[in-house]
Parts: sequence; structure tokens; C-alpha cells
Amino acid sequence: MFSNPNDPPVLAAFKDSLLVGVIALLIFGPISGIILDGYSFNTHFKTPLILATIVFAGRFAYQMAMLTPWGQKFLERLAFSKGKRSVYVGSPNDHKYLWIILLVLFAAGLILPFYLSKYALTVAILAIIYVLLGLGLNIVVGLAGLLDLGFVAFYAVGAYTFALGSQYIGLGFWTAIPVAAALAAIFGGILGFPVLRMHGDYLAIVTLGFGEIIRLVLNNWTSFTGGPNGAKAAEPTLFGLEFTRTAKTEGHIPFHEFFGTVYNPNTKFIFLYIVVFLMACLMIFFFSRLRSMPMGRAWEALREDEIACRSLGINHVIVKLSAFMMGAMTGGIGGVFFAAQQGGFVNPTSFTFFESALILAIVVLGGMGSTVGVVIAALVLTLLPEVLRDFSDYRVLVFGGLMIFMMLWKPRGFLPIRRPYFSKEGQA
Amino acid sequence: MEFHILGQQLVNGLALGSIYGLIAVGYTMVYGIIGMINFAHGDVYMVSAYITAICIAVLSYFGISSAAFLIIITLIVTMFIVSLYGWSIERIAYKPLRNSPRLAPLISAIGVSLVLQNYVQVSQGAKTQAVPTILPGVFRFGNETDFFQITYIQVLLVVVSFASMALLTYIIQKTSLGRQCRAVQQDPKMAAILGINTDRIISTVFVLGAAMAAIAGVLVTLNYGSFDFSVGFITGVKAFTAAVLGGIGSLPGAMLGGIILGMSESLFSGFVNTDYKDVFAFSLLVLVLIFRPSGLLGKPLVEKV
Amino acid sequence: MTTTPLLSVQGLTMRFGGILALNNVNFEVQKGSITALIGPNGAGKTTVFNCVTGFYKATEGQIILHDKGHEVNLRKVLGEKFKWSDYVNPSAFAERLYYKAFGGSHRVNQAGVARTFQNIRLFREMTVVENLLVAQHRHLDRNLIRGTLNTKSYRASEKRALDNAYYWLEVVNLTEDANRLAGDLPYGNQRRLEIARAMCTEPKLVCLDEPAAGLNPRETVELSTLIRHLRDKHDVTVLLIEHDMGLVMGISEHIVVLDYGQVIASGTPKEIEVNPKVLAAYLGTEEGDA
Repeated sequence: MFSNPNDPPVLAAFKDSLLVGVIALLIFGPISGIILDGYSFNTHFKTPLILATIVFAGRFAYQMAMLTPWGQKFLERLAFSKGKRSVYVGSPNDHKYLWIILLVLFAAGLILPFYLSKYALTVAILAIIYVLLGLGLNIVVGLAGLLDLGFVAFYAVGAYTFALGSQYIGLGFWTAIPVAAALAAIFGGILGFPVLRMHGDYLAIVTLGFGEIIRLVLNNWTSFTGGPNGAKAAEPTLFGLEFTRTAKTEGHIPFHEFFGTVYNPNTKFIFLYIVVFLMACLMIFFFSRLRSMPMGRAWEALREDEIACRSLGINHVIVKLSAFMMGAMTGGIGGVFFAAQQGGFVNPTSFTFFESALILAIVVLGGMGSTVGVVIAALVLTLLPEVLRDFSDYRVLVFGGLMIFMMLWKPRGFLPIRRPYFSKEGQA
Repeated sequence: MEFHILGQQLVNGLALGSIYGLIAVGYTMVYGIIGMINFAHGDVYMVSAYITAICIAVLSYFGISSAAFLIIITLIVTMFIVSLYGWSIERIAYKPLRNSPRLAPLISAIGVSLVLQNYVQVSQGAKTQAVPTILPGVFRFGNETDFFQITYIQVLLVVVSFASMALLTYIIQKTSLGRQCRAVQQDPKMAAILGINTDRIISTVFVLGAAMAAIAGVLVTLNYGSFDFSVGFITGVKAFTAAVLGGIGSLPGAMLGGIILGMSESLFSGFVNTDYKDVFAFSLLVLVLIFRPSGLLGKPLVEKV
Repeated sequence: MTTTPLLSVQGLTMRFGGILALNNVNFEVQKGSITALIGPNGAGKTTVFNCVTGFYKATEGQIILHDKGHEVNLRKVLGEKFKWSDYVNPSAFAERLYYKAFGGSHRVNQAGVARTFQNIRLFREMTVVENLLVAQHRHLDRNLIRGTLNTKSYRASEKRALDNAYYWLEVVNLTEDANRLAGDLPYGNQRRLEIARAMCTEPKLVCLDEPAAGLNPRETVELSTLIRHLRDKHDVTVLLIEHDMGLVMGISEHIVVLDYGQVIASGTPKEIEVNPKVLAAYLGTEEGDA
């Protein structure tokens, strides 16, 4: 703005960066530099100055690089990658070694829990729960293209079904799973039906509204749900054997007593891990089958062009509802495992909008519709904060920044989408 | 019917509704011009609350105690800084995504929202912040036992809100800048062909929206006296509800929607149940979007095949 | 001897707010014919199409599909507003409720009407074969359990669909492009793919919306041959909107002319060619003409 066309390029770059730096200073200054303390304040001018200088330096480096041929080429490559093909058609030989890889991964996954500490086990269980949630939302957002910002509601329904179910009607772990799945699916249908005619941003906000309503009701209906204090679920069992030191429920025998071994607190988590791992594998198998079935194709066609779908006789009502319900069901199952893992204790603070955003990020980063991508993204996004424990205060900030960055760089997700190859004989 | 309670709720509702209206304007203008819901708008409002508190603290430190000076300077400074926020957010997180798949700007906006919340939380702390009462004094109506009151601040709030709305409407309807905004909203390609710098107009719209949110932030902080880093989310969604209720894309609709929402929320809170007032607002959002997505002053859309 | 037409449109009126787009349009499409709907721009041709194919809800009128003695009211299946008489007639009420909840454009296709779109609406990021498989959705085995377990009958159903897809690819000469992304195809190929996709739904009436738009002369001739082939060999009736007069005059047996939302003429190509009203609509009247 201050530069005129006759300035030498370096000076123009400098002036431009200076302006950007000043703006950064004005932006960071108040919030980072003047910290409120009651009615008065403390100054920490170092922080905004450092931040503004970093911005200035970054911008200057960028401008200088733009002046050189290699800089321009580098930026061109970055921009070019945006237009690059993110969808491709598979070739018949893609899957030759897939079976071996899958088998190895499956075996590794089964043995893993026996080598982990209790803390690592809880992290691993949580990661796999997020894999389940990601897979569920992947159907709604990734395959059917319906932007759902309230997915956490189904997660909550599942968890609370187990908790309240064991509280009021003595629901056990294994019975809770199908009940929660069914109940969550029903909620998915209830949510799906009114929003059939909505698209894009509006659909997103309505689903957000639903999610928040569920959370607020769970939080305020203290007499039924325990309100902010939450509710407690029963202990998970294996054929009536509990994994606690002493039996919490009538008629249950602790595992270690039955087998005559020493009580090991890890056992419960190993058990939970194995069950959730097997469930996740089952879901992965089921969903990859779905994608090559008419229902999965219909979802993807709906995402591509709903009007064309209707002109082909596809009942968009059934297709959308089935997507919602399938996704919701998976969320509900995840909720049961979450409740079990938390020592059976659930409260509304676990089901905020941030969770929905996190699960959405998993689907988006993984590449919408890609099962492999979603699994990897779920694992990364759950395990990374554990690795970066020191920065836990900045967790949300990093996460948000990551979302912005991903949209700027690879909005279709990290992994390109593969479409199946059909020779005359069948699907490759 | 206790009229003093009704009176109080109406007064509170009007104040609340004016705030919703000011924030709703930002949503409605941005949606009207680039068809995206600026998810981070609520958090921009939150930032302005903090900047208001900072301004007041700094000004008080330097001995300025006159209410008029405090308010005016705070308004100007907050509007300026928050406009910078709005401008920067658009440049960094939305502009590059104009041609991206339709989910990208929304997800980016969610990211911005999270960044703003956490940035403020980390910098200023997670505790509730408070500001001293700047303009004490009330108008009292009724007798000794049954009364309701309108604080001077509430009067200021409503007056400033309506004045700002009127000013904005004037800008949009009567000035050349406003004409360009309306042109870009109706047909961006044609506007560009006619020589309008659409990028700059879009930035301007974001800045205008941010400025209105800034005014809202200042007024709210002066009126309610306390806030924390999470106020942006719920207020933002409610303001969006107001925007949709009034008809997305319509400025008078935003204000109308705001008033209606504020009043009904206040009445619900006063006469039915305070705990569930958020549920009420969210339910209203869901119902409006399902049954009348074009809102009160908007036009229903026919699907083009 | 008059045979029952396949499609009869009576009194079709369409209002958009204050605008009267269609005003009492009447025409018939005979089974096994190739009928063209022509008229200057803005005459309402696409509006008629959208009403017939179920994407617009007509304000007034009747659209009936007759097939083998079976009648389908194409307006009813979209779900209509409740009429006062319904409240005293429980079966009518139940029917209207049913269609309000479960009706829609897809029902029109299920009744046997397929269409293509002016702006080509392919599933661009799916392969050509996938597009054709989606079109056969209703005829496939959609049972979840059989699909997950990959049973023999499920596999047989999928194989049938694949064979059918490849069959149609041969008919429209797109076999080489079978595994390319639909959006990557050249324009002319995309148009042919859309026609093939419409045919995969096994329709009785196929409505083509400006199928020749953007095609060069050679491609247009190929299109004529294809349309004739569809009618001759696949027992389907064709209704098309077209601006290319050469194509229209060459293949249609019956032409309906619209102008300003009304039918101004209908008949054989020879009759339409010399109809003064048609000429006036397209070319305008000269000074001094009656």
C-alpha cells in the first residue's frame, strides 16, 4: 500500500511485509500483550512482538522467494497440486498383496494389548473408538455427502443407553451394544427425516442444532440423566465374569477369582481393547462391502448429484435415511465402548460440539469416502495429542490450525480416492 | 399476570435481541455475498468482548473515568481492531478456498473458530472476565414492590444498535460501496465484468460484519459485565438463528429476527424455564430451518433443474 | 382407429409466483413414436419436460402415462396438496398422505419415464460403468445380508447388471471408455453416456433434453441413428426437446410447437414446416403480412 510501482522489488517486498507485520502486531497485541487481571491488567509485550516479528519474517521470506525463479516454481508446484487429480480409477492388480498386509495388521493388532501399559491401553482403546466413529461419519459425510455437525449426539445416545440402561433396567455390556446400536439408529432416522430437503451449510447447522439440543437435554434433565454429574454404567463382562477386583454386580464373579490368578487391573482394558478391535475390524469389513453394493453406490451417487439420482428412480429419502441411520448406529456402538472404558462413567461434557468437529476432521483429513484414510486419520488424530502432551494447552489451537491448513493444502483429504475397476467379468 | 415481570422480560428481550441482530447482520451479509456460513463470526464477537475489557482497563489506568469518553474510545478502538481480525481471517482462511469443494470453507471456518477460542483461552486464561460498571443508573417503573427497570446501559445498547443498523442500511442502500455490495451479491460474475473489484467488496463485507459484531461485543460487555472465551459459540449460533429467522441475506430481516429471538428467549426464560432457554433457541433454529428456511423476509427458492 | 397414447398431457398449467409459464398445454405422445417438442427460447419446453418427468409440480392439469392398460397419474405420485374433499374421502386421503410422504420425482422414473438433462448430469467422479450400475439400482439385489456375505444370488444379480452395462456401452459405442471417470470424457461421449444411463432404467418413455446441443454435424448424425435404434430395437418411445431443426425434421414423426407457454401447432414435420404460426414464432412476422 505504501509502495509505489517505481520501488525496487526488494523495497516493495519490505514495505509489504512491514505492513503485514504491523497488522499482526495490532491483532496479537491486545489479546497476547495486555492480560486482564480482575479489573486491571498486566503487560506482556514480548509475546505479541515475537509473534508479529515471526509474521513479518515469514511474509518477507515469502515475498523474497517470489522474486526468484526457483521460488516461483516451488509455489507453482504447490498450487498445481491443488488441481491435481484426487480421484483415480484403480487397476486390476491393485489388490494382489492386500490380503497379506491385512493379515499381518490384524495379527499385530491382536497381540498389541498384551505389551502395553494401562495408560497406553486406554489411549489405544480410545483411538479405535474414534476409528469406529470416523467410519460411521464417513458414511454420512464421505459417502453420502451429507454434512453432519451433530454426530456426537449418536455417540452420546450410545453411551447414555449403556449407562442409564444399566442403572434403570440392568442392561449389561453385551446387551447394551445391540440396544444402543438400534436406539442410535432410530435417532438417526428421526434426525434424518426432517432434514431430507436440506443441503450444504443449512444441513450442517441443523445437525449442529440437534447435537446441541441432545447435549443440553442430557445436561439439564437431572432427574433422569443425572445432569452434569453424569451417570454410571455397569462393568463390562465376559460370560458373567467381571474384570474388577471385587464383583460390582450381584451374581458376577471377578475374572481373576474364576481363573485363580492374581488380580491385574490391565485385564479389563485388554478385554475391552480386543472387543473393540474386533468390532472395528468387523465394521471395516462391512463398510468396504457396502461400498461395492448397490446401497453404497447409491450413497455416492447421491453425493455426486441428487437430481440425477431421482431421475434414475432412486428414492433419495430411503438413501439419505439409510446413510444417517447406518452412521448413527456406528456412533452408538462407539458410545457403549466409551462408557465402558471410562470406568462406566459418562457425563455431558464429553459430548460437546468439539467432538463432532474432531470426528468431522477425521473424515475430512482421511479423504472423504476412503476407509483406509479414515482409519489412519483417526489413529493419528487421537495419538498425536498424546505424543505432544507438553503442548496440551495448545491442543485445540493446533487442531484448528491443522484444519485450516488441510483445507488450504489438500481439501479432498490426504489420500486420493480410488474408484473400482470393472472388467467385463467383474470388479477387479 | 405480573406486569412488572413481563415488562422486565420485554426490556431484557429487546436488549438481547438488539445484540443478536447486530451479530446476525454479519452472518447474513456474508452468506448473501459468498454463500457461506462464517462459523467463526461468533468468536469474532467474543474477541471484541475481550478487547472491550482491555480497552476499559487501559483507559481507566490512564485515569480516564468519564463514561462518555470510555465508551466512545472503546467503541472506536474495538471496531478498528476487530475489523482487522475479520479482514485477516477472510484473507487467510476463506479467500483461497473460493473455488474449493463446498465443504472446505465451512471446515476452515470451524478451524478458525477453534483457533480463536483457544488463542484467547491460552493468552487470557480460562476464567470469567469482568468489567466494572461504567454507566450506573436506571429508569425505574412501577411501585415499591413490583417494578422493572431499564438501565442507562440498556438504553444506550438499544439506541446504538439501532443507530448502527440504520447507518449500515444507509451505506448498503445509498452509497456507491453499498451498490457494489448488492451487485456482487446478486451476480458476482457480472459485477466483475463491469469492473467491480469483487475481492475487495467481499473483504469489505467481512469487515462490515466484524465491525457490527464489535459493536455488539462492546455493548454486551458494558451491559452484562462478564464473559469468557466460550461465549462466542452459543451466541453465534443463536445469532445465526436470528439471521435465518429473518430471512438470510436480508439486512432488515437480521435485525427483525434478532429482536424476535431475543424477545421470545427472554419471555421463555422468564415465564417457562431458564435452564432450557438454550434448548428453546436451538429448537427454534431447527424448526425454522425445516419449515421455513427462507425466513420471514426472504424469498422461497425454486429448485432449478 | 385411435390407439391410446403412451403419454397424454391435458390442460397442463404451470405458475411460478406471478409468472404463467405454461398455459393449458395439451398434447399426446403415441407409443413407439419419436416426438419432438420445439419452440423458441423461453417458450416453456423445459418446463413441460420438468413437469412430465416429475421435477416440477404442475399447478394444474393432467399428465397420464398409459401402459398395457395400466394408468399412472404422474402428478399424483409427486405428492399433492390436500384437497378439502379428502377429509371426507378416507381412501383418497390415505393415498394423498402416502404420496406426500413417499412420493417424489423418483416415482416418475419408477413408472417408466427416464430423462437426460440439458446440462448433462453425470456422476462425474464415478467411472462410466459405475454410472450405468447406479442406473440399475432398482433392479438389483439390494439385500444387505446377501450383499455382505457375497452369496451366489447376489453375485448373479451384480453380474447381470455388469453385463447389461457393457451391453449398453456397446450400443452407444463407449466400450473403450468403460473405466474412465465420467467427467473426463469428451463432451459428445458424455451425452451418449447419459442416454445409455437413462436406458439402463428400462423406461417406456425416454425424454431427451436437447441431446444435440454442442454436437458437431457428424456427431448429430450419429445421434439420429442412435435415437432411431433405441426406438426400433428397444421398444421405447422418445420425446425430445431440440433446437437443431435438421435433426428434428429428420427423425420425428410428430412435432409439438410451443410458444409463450402454449401449444401453437402440432403435426407431422411436413405440416409444421409450412405452418404460418410456427414460422411467425421463429422468424417473426414481416411488415405487411396478415
